[in-house]
Amino acid sequence: MSTENNGDQAKMETTTTPSSLSSVASASKRKAINSQPMGTGLEARGVHAWFGKHHALADVSLDFAAGTITALIGPSGCGKSTFIRTLNRMHEFIPTAAMAGQVILDGKDIYDPSIDVTKIRLQIGMVFQKPNPFPSMTIGENVLSGLKLAQLKTENKDDLLEECLVKAGLWNEVKDRLNAHGGSLSGGQQQRLCIARSLAVRPQVLLMDEPCSALDPGSTLRIEETIEELSSNMTIVIVTHNMQQAARVSDYTAFFLSDGGPGQMIEVAPTNEIFARPRDKRTENYVTGRFG
Amino acid sequence: MSTTESTYVIPEKRVVTTKPRFSDKVFRAVVTTGGLSSLIVLGLIFGFLLYQGFDIIKSQGFDFITTSRWDITYDEAGNVISSDFGLSAMLIGTILCSFLAVLIAVPVSVATALYLTFYAPHWIKKTMVTIIDLMAAFPSILFGIWAYIILMPSGVYWAKLINHYLGFIPFFENKDRYFQGSPFIASLILAIMIIPIITSISREIFSQAPLDRIQAAYALGATRWAMIKAVVIPHGRNGVIGGAMLGLGRAMGETVAVYTVLNIVFAINWKILFGVGGNVASLILTKFGEASAYEIKGLMAAGLVLFVLTLIVNFASDQLIRRMGGSGK
Repeated sequence: MSTENNGDQAKMETTTTPSSLSSVASASKRKAINSQPMGTGLEARGVHAWFGKHHALADVSLDFAAGTITALIGPSGCGKSTFIRTLNRMHEFIPTAAMAGQVILDGKDIYDPSIDVTKIRLQIGMVFQKPNPFPSMTIGENVLSGLKLAQLKTENKDDLLEECLVKAGLWNEVKDRLNAHGGSLSGGQQQRLCIARSLAVRPQVLLMDEPCSALDPGSTLRIEETIEELSSNMTIVIVTHNMQQAARVSDYTAFFLSDGGPGQMIEVAPTNEIFARPRDKRTENYVTGRFG
Repeated sequence: MSTTESTYVIPEKRVVTTKPRFSDKVFRAVVTTGGLSSLIVLGLIFGFLLYQGFDIIKSQGFDFITTSRWDITYDEAGNVISSDFGLSAMLIGTILCSFLAVLIAVPVSVATALYLTFYAPHWIKKTMVTIIDLMAAFPSILFGIWAYIILMPSGVYWAKLINHYLGFIPFFENKDRYFQGSPFIASLILAIMIIPIITSISREIFSQAPLDRIQAAYALGATRWAMIKAVVIPHGRNGVIGGAMLGLGRAMGETVAVYTVLNIVFAINWKILFGVGGNVASLILTKFGEASAYEIKGLMAAGLVLFVLTLIVNFASDQLIRRMGGSGK
């Protein structure tokens, strides 16, 4: 509870004076950047996205170094969700959606015609805004559903189940009712179940599209802790509306903005720099709460 | 500050109502009339059948549904001397043909619905939906004539194939080698006639499969088929069963198409490839034209039995859906 209150205070501070920004950033529990790079990095090169004729995103190039957490922030409609969905080819499910540019994983373009897209999504997992466990499956089945869906085999399902639920910070709450239905959990628990589910296929990169926006502050905090722990062996990209969340969990922050035209990435930097010394005036306006 | 002792008196509960507006009252009356009218019409038909058929059912008793014959003897003046009615072959034929039709139609309809929802390009989808809806509105006599001229020869050929390879199964036996007008062929045409309704209901329910779960499956590396198995089919299962039950109802009541194709014989036949079948509705159509006033009473009694059978099947299917409900939603 006490940490929750701190979070609320931080929110108030940031929206009042710019001078308090550095304290917010330094107060975050970030680990040293590049301390022990693990997992695989991801690289976006000149990514554009369209919906029909609408040019939603223009020329975004971003490196996600292995083992880092990158937050994508920006006002609504700036293209950050569109961008994250181009990173594991979920973008193409929307009819009339199109993209240009490259997304490189392990030195290969994931949009290359020779690539099996289902394999890409196993390596680059995704957690969505709204918790979406499979309602017809039990908690245990939900966690292992990725194995079934992708027809993967595992030596010991029970171990994998426990490992994923422990990593997602849900094990203690559900270990006695793994056969209950996923829908019987609270919203925050469901979201952690979804995180556990995406971990079971052992992705190298985890994309999170506003994973806490539908949750209460307590659950948000639990998930932020989970994100911190996961980053020791995977690369994480998180879209968030909440600047304090970006400050708390991320190593790098990228600011997206649309000035009426297609969304663009304005600036990317280590998180404390974005909040303390933004290079671009627009970034400063946004992070200090002057608009957005 | 600490007034824990309650000093209030528990009041009477207020009656909370809103005085309805005049326009609300009018609308309520209109929709109530509409809602009840179908019930009234159904009740009137039931009453009519009961009134007409009561004598026959009373005199025949349980024999009316357990025996199989249709005999009336008249004297020279045209008065009825004796009569003997029994519907068992017709009832079994009705149930056999309609269940077989549903069995054939459901896989085809589900496949069609999945194709239209998840695989078909937009223009094919649009065209096919129109054609399938048109099929539902097509007159059944034309289905019957088409089935008699075109489908029958092919159906006989398929029936011979099935009999040749699977004839050791009692269902597919046909020692008399008579394949024309069999329940199998009647079921084929019934299946074709109920495919549109099962397809449209399945398509409707598949297209409502929640997008967030579809995306969740894809994000876990599912192929399209794996996604359909994990998300769409659990979501749509009850809807498909509901559609199948509507189709079953239609198949049980279908008259003309079956009459055109099926050899109606008063003998119980479970061998679906053998050209002997029964159908209550078609029986009524066969006999109605030349029936005496007395025989018409017998036919009305048959209609009553079909009515009750349909009610039982609908009720049972409702229970089935309810019992399977809960999961998948």
